[in-house]
Amino acid sequence: MKKFAERRWCALALLTALLVAAAPWGWAQTGAAKSEVKSDDQSTSAVPQMPHFRFENFTTANGLPDNHVYSVLVDGDRIWAGTNNGLGLYENGKWKTFNKQDGLAHQAVLSLALDKRTGDVWAGTMGGLSRISGGRIVSYTQLNSGLSNDVVYGVSVEGENVWVATASGACRLNLRDGQWSLYNERNTPMREIWAYGVSAAADKVYFAIWGAGLLEYNQKTGVWDKYEDPDDETEIVLFKDQGLVHDIVSSVSYVDSIAWVSTYFGDSRYDGRYWHNFMTKDSGLPSNFTNFVKGMDAHRAWFCTDKGLAYYDGTNWAVYTRSLTTHKPVMTVRDAKGKVTDIPVSTGPAHNYMLGIDFQGGDIWVATAEGLSHGILQR
Amino acid sequence: MNRILHNSRVQACVAAVLCALAAALFGVVLGTGRSVSAAAGASEAQDYASPLEILLSPDGARLYVLCQRSGDVRVLDAASYATVANIPVGREPRGMALSHNGDRLFVTNTWDDTLSVIDTRALAVTATWGVGAEPSGVVEDPAGKYVFVANRISSDIAVLDAQTGEEQKRLLAGRGASYLTLSPDGKRIYATHIYPNPVSPNAEPVNRTVPESEISVIDAERAEVVDRIPLHAIAGVFHVAVSADGRLGAVAEYHPKNLVPLAHLEHGGAFAYTLTLFGADVGKPVEIPLDELDRYASQPFGVAFAPDKSRLYVTLGGSESVLAIDVARLLRFIHAHPRPASGSFAQDLSASGNYVTARIPVGLNPRGLALSGDGRRLFVANRLDDSISVIDTGSLRVASTIALAGPKTISELRRGEQTFYTAHYSFQGQIGCSSCHIDSTFDGLTWDLEPDGFGRDIVDNKMLEDVKDLAPYKWNGGNPNLPTECGPRTEKYFWRSENYDNLRLADLVLYIRSLPARPNRERQPGGELTAAQERGQVIFERDVDKFGKPIPLENRCSYCHSGPKGTDRKIFDVGTHKATDTGGVFKTPQLTNIALTAPYLHDGSARTLEEIWTIYNPDDKHGRTNDLTKDELNDLIEYLRTR
Repeated sequence: MKKFAERRWCALALLTALLVAAAPWGWAQTGAAKSEVKSDDQSTSAVPQMPHFRFENFTTANGLPDNHVYSVLVDGDRIWAGTNNGLGLYENGKWKTFNKQDGLAHQAVLSLALDKRTGDVWAGTMGGLSRISGGRIVSYTQLNSGLSNDVVYGVSVEGENVWVATASGACRLNLRDGQWSLYNERNTPMREIWAYGVSAAADKVYFAIWGAGLLEYNQKTGVWDKYEDPDDETEIVLFKDQGLVHDIVSSVSYVDSIAWVSTYFGDSRYDGRYWHNFMTKDSGLPSNFTNFVKGMDAHRAWFCTDKGLAYYDGTNWAVYTRSLTTHKPVMTVRDAKGKVTDIPVSTGPAHNYMLGIDFQGGDIWVATAEGLSHGILQR
Repeated sequence: MNRILHNSRVQACVAAVLCALAAALFGVVLGTGRSVSAAAGASEAQDYASPLEILLSPDGARLYVLCQRSGDVRVLDAASYATVANIPVGREPRGMALSHNGDRLFVTNTWDDTLSVIDTRALAVTATWGVGAEPSGVVEDPAGKYVFVANRISSDIAVLDAQTGEEQKRLLAGRGASYLTLSPDGKRIYATHIYPNPVSPNAEPVNRTVPESEISVIDAERAEVVDRIPLHAIAGVFHVAVSADGRLGAVAEYHPKNLVPLAHLEHGGAFAYTLTLFGADVGKPVEIPLDELDRYASQPFGVAFAPDKSRLYVTLGGSESVLAIDVARLLRFIHAHPRPASGSFAQDLSASGNYVTARIPVGLNPRGLALSGDGRRLFVANRLDDSISVIDTGSLRVASTIALAGPKTISELRRGEQTFYTAHYSFQGQIGCSSCHIDSTFDGLTWDLEPDGFGRDIVDNKMLEDVKDLAPYKWNGGNPNLPTECGPRTEKYFWRSENYDNLRLADLVLYIRSLPARPNRERQPGGELTAAQERGQVIFERDVDKFGKPIPLENRCSYCHSGPKGTDRKIFDVGTHKATDTGGVFKTPQLTNIALTAPYLHDGSARTLEEIWTIYNPDDKHGRTNDLTKDELNDLIEYLRTR
């Protein structure tokens, strides 16, 4: 238990560091992964075709509420950015900011989710959970509602239920009857109650538990299950693909019956039976420290790490980052054989420390520690 | 002088009421119009019809009259006013709308949580669909894809498949979602709400915050809320109408002045009754008063535009009349006068003289209204004397009155209900019991009632359900019985005008004592409790805390909140006294339907049930709760919601 308490402080320190935002690009200076093959001088004809973006970056200079962007959500033509100082809405070329005076639970917006049926946006904040509906904000806190804790790291909407990951366990708000159900160490196999992320679908709900692996709720049977690092609490992997890569799980994305899981020591893909792990040593990941993962489908996913953004298409990898030394934009592609090719690019994401991503057709929107990046698909 | 004038007016009004009662008794119709009865051919109703809403068929041949108390839809021939059919629906129906092609009539049943679907050719209910808690307003989109239902208790709008009735989703509405209207182009649905929205967690102080309501604007095709028109300082909002050209919308509403002592009624201190106008004709929404300098337009409810937008008609539920507003003059007034920063002209009691052209006396508690296709006849449902007034819009007089079938005598209970809803007894006809106890419930507001200084002794407005045998009354238990509460206290502090006679007071008390509790939606069918509710009940009834320490009697939930209504009717100090309170002890409130009655505590300082214990019980004086975990507190609240 003490060990986990220490880990909490460790994560809190990371969060604090993010809030104070170390010198620009400073995050990328430590422990950088080195690409295997430089490919500037090689023909690109054999290079896998991976998405190529022109990045447009938003900061406070062009209307973003704050440069520290924790989360991003695409809703058609509208882009929501959860920042350290308010919830930004980008619409018709302009930013609008929602803050506490508008009813937002807290100015630091850590997570976002869209209720596709109603168009409502749910925001997990450092001070509660907010629902933005037709311009009105309704906020739930641990004092005025059944919400278990005000620090809401993750939120996901499925059907009539809003699933919430908090610093004191998981919650479910039933929108039809208004009832809150709390899940913690007393009624689930949740060894730790620091829930960092949640992804809900009609059949299963997954929670990323910081320090206690992945928690699964079967919506049909009502049964909870847990997945932890089979190597226990070590930062090494004794047997590849034996199970979840690490217990410090930062996020989860459940799509097409596949759970994509990010940890601070690599990432995992779980198909309900088999695990496949990704680490810098055997994948195209630029770093094993992944803050956020979002699956596109059963085979493709995006990984937001502390050293850039990685895209996996089921075989090949692309990384979008900036040089650690020159800060110039960099794109690399790694094929199935491990050959890495530099792709000339003129634009790059706002910062290498990535915290969230969402998709707008072929475009991507990326939350970073120093701005919001819009990757406009070129080919 | 005003008082004298007022008294003479009151006498005249009382006389009018008596005449109306006589008319109801003997089938005589007031005014110069013809006498018509819709009783012929209809079976004798078991209760007063209490017509609440009224609609014309698309071809103008039929009148559909929604009768709240008798639980049916009366179908009348729109020319002869003869009854064509009586169609029984569910309990306490409230809302009614025709489908896009007029082949179906939808009726919401508030006590059954259902929607009756009536085939307008067969004039029979063909389906009954389950909806949300206390369904009220209803509309179908013009494509016939969705049926939208405003659920008053769950404060949302259910979106149903228009063919199967299967619920697709629910949209977040304001608190007390009740009335819906489709825009003439069919693109937008406007929703209004009878309670103000919950106070934001960031607003302080909670119980001294100006109420805010809204018009929820729904994209009918996408079935999503796309906008919310804010209604600042507005609490109860009723019908909404949009002109045929789609350029002007209007909602009928109450503008409460709950932050200043109600005892200042003679200074205009209780309500302004207003409309908020919206749409291209006015630009930004604007609030305009209906009241006159010395005569209030109490409890506006129904609004309807003339087909050519020449007039706007408003029923006044507490003033037994209909206002006719000249729309051109209204727009001229709005555009000719500098718009206040608040967007409201509500404080200008001289304003209405610029646009209100007639005040037409009708029956008791007029509610819904409908215009004939040519705009020449205006039908008004007089809820509390079971009649329909037919107004000739050329002369702006009642041309005829249709008496609906029902009991031939007016019972004491019925007289009590009539007294409850009229504003005749208050100074300048400003308020009635139902101004604050909307639809005999509550208004979701906290009020500064007593003349002891501004901001002192703030009290939450209690719901009236199931209040018989709960003496003493008032939060401080200062009134020994209902006759005292409703008689001298009300007359002194509220009406500031004339007293009830003993018989009328007795009737009023009888009515209030008769008000039942609505069905509790948190209880399972059959009454059994869910696992969470059972756990909560154990906490509610426990006598030792989680550390095994005995809980003193007065610190047990079940000790003070005892009995079937959850009150021992005694006075306690539960640590909720505020610096603004004169006293520190309060009567144990009943728990009946407690889930519906936010805000909580005597002064409404707790926005939610949770806040009673997370914020206002630091010393465990309001029950031993500080040993509970968050999920245990949630369980306790789940149990309380079943009471």
